[in-house]
Amino acid sequence: MYEKDGEKYFVVDSHMHYWDASPANWVTGQEQFAKGWIECFHAYQSLGPPETHWTIEHFQKYSDKDLMKDVFEDGYVDVAIFQPTYLKQWYNEGFNTTERNGALAEENPGRFIVNTRFDPRDGDEGIKQLERDVKRWGAIGLKLYTAEWKGDSRGWTLKDPEAYRYLEAAQNLGIKNVHVHKGPTIWPLDKDAFDVSDVDHAATDFPDLNFIVEHVGLPRIEDFCFMATQEPNVYAGLSVVIGGLMFARPKFFAKVMGELLFWVGEDKMTFGSDYGIWEPKWQVEGFVDWDYPSDEFSDYPRVNTATKKKILGLNAAKLYNIDVPAELQLPADDGKPAAKDDAVLVEDGAKV
Amino acid sequence: MTDAAAVLAALDTVRDPELDESVTALGFVASCTVSSDGVADVRLRLPTYFCAPNFAYLMVADAYDAVSGVPGVSRTDVVLEDHFASDVINRGVAARSGFLQSFDGYAAGELDELRADFLRKATLAATDRVCRPLLRAGRTPEKLAMLRLGDIPESADRERLRSRRRELGLPAGDESPLLVDPVTGDAVDVPAMPRHLARARLTGVSVEANSGVCRGMLRQRYATAGVGECEEDR
Repeated sequence: MYEKDGEKYFVVDSHMHYWDASPANWVTGQEQFAKGWIECFHAYQSLGPPETHWTIEHFQKYSDKDLMKDVFEDGYVDVAIFQPTYLKQWYNEGFNTTERNGALAEENPGRFIVNTRFDPRDGDEGIKQLERDVKRWGAIGLKLYTAEWKGDSRGWTLKDPEAYRYLEAAQNLGIKNVHVHKGPTIWPLDKDAFDVSDVDHAATDFPDLNFIVEHVGLPRIEDFCFMATQEPNVYAGLSVVIGGLMFARPKFFAKVMGELLFWVGEDKMTFGSDYGIWEPKWQVEGFVDWDYPSDEFSDYPRVNTATKKKILGLNAAKLYNIDVPAELQLPADDGKPAAKDDAVLVEDGAKV
Repeated sequence: MTDAAAVLAALDTVRDPELDESVTALGFVASCTVSSDGVADVRLRLPTYFCAPNFAYLMVADAYDAVSGVPGVSRTDVVLEDHFASDVINRGVAARSGFLQSFDGYAAGELDELRADFLRKATLAATDRVCRPLLRAGRTPEKLAMLRLGDIPESADRERLRSRRRELGLPAGDESPLLVDPVTGDAVDVPAMPRHLARARLTGVSVEANSGVCRGMLRQRYATAGVGECEEDR
């Protein structure tokens, strides 16, 4: 919970990690990729305030105590949602697996939600594994990487028949939320790994699942926004948006937020720190203080305290059925979306 | 006698297809030299080790073509540094083997369609740059629908819009409509105008934000400015 100027904010960090990218975990013969990957992540951290930067050694492997302090003690987070990233071709034990996350969650009851994953190229065995993971960790959410390279496959899409089979199986197992990574990636080669059109199809055909597009399709925000206006069950995951732009490029951050509020709306945007890339503390504090920097942004929907409460925690709490103390909920008359009345073009936007 | 300035000027015409800015302005040129017998040696660098290899390939290949066309250049070496696919890209471009063959087994097609997609985005972003000031000055979308490209006072933004449209084979003369669909080239009519303008604005924001992230990452990776880099953006 974060408190500022008499307002209390319930904080759900809906996209964060607990990884091990230390050299001891690098697969022999794949060291350059394991090293290149974590160095690339580390460079992203440099887009946050200098006093929050870590050494590369600390960044490669932070401890459970570091995480608990950074996220909960210092970072104001009430509930954090683990999103796994396997990358077993480079890291012996995986980079950030459901098991590694789940073990920490079990040591700290009530703090975490453990999401798991699938890869539709894993066949029948993959579905069995999904069932084991869902049951073992009580998962109701997934994180999917459609651009992941595997053997001679250059990625997959949510439209693939096998992906549909997996989504059906996941839904039958009680999965509600599907976080799809659409953003900076590896091995896209000729494929456009940022293409979000497959989310469009899946969201239409699985209306009871929610699709949270992480990193809002950066750098293809426009494609994501057009798609999101058409699908009531598509959300904008703000991981990277706040961490990567709010401090480093405040003017662009204001524009991106303005566009997202305009096209997607404040009821369908969720905060994620992307920890350990960035700590939540400065992101939460900065976002609560944030407003458009000048009149130049007058075309965009306004932001108010209710907007920020929704984005920082209440929207994700609804998706994950998290109990929010009464004093942290919005007053009954404060909950209507700000977008429609305030934006000049929003009516047209909604019909795109 | 060819000097490095002429080669740099050629590199100025090479754009990052995604960010729609020149590789020199972005700081992607690590070094650029020409020997006394006309051998041009260009080193390129990118914001991350894992920048998308398809875009990297396009930039290296375009740089090779641009520099090779400079009068007096007898041989061109373009080398992409510090990238996970450096070897494949450098060898592929030097051998003129194309993207598909260079990434044998990992790619299913050449990159022409990808390039066209991004040119369409660049066209929309350029449309926003031209139209935003007009809207601010009080022109209505209905008025914009009646304007031709030649009605706009000459500016760098107008010429950027014209040049992107020309590359796509869309109408680009002074008599052509100011606002055209980036796929069909048809004039945008009044009912479609608010949506078209909103889309242009959004596309511009997306490109700018992406460019901001890339510049931030490049600055973190390399302490020194690139050759010909636009310093105020660093």
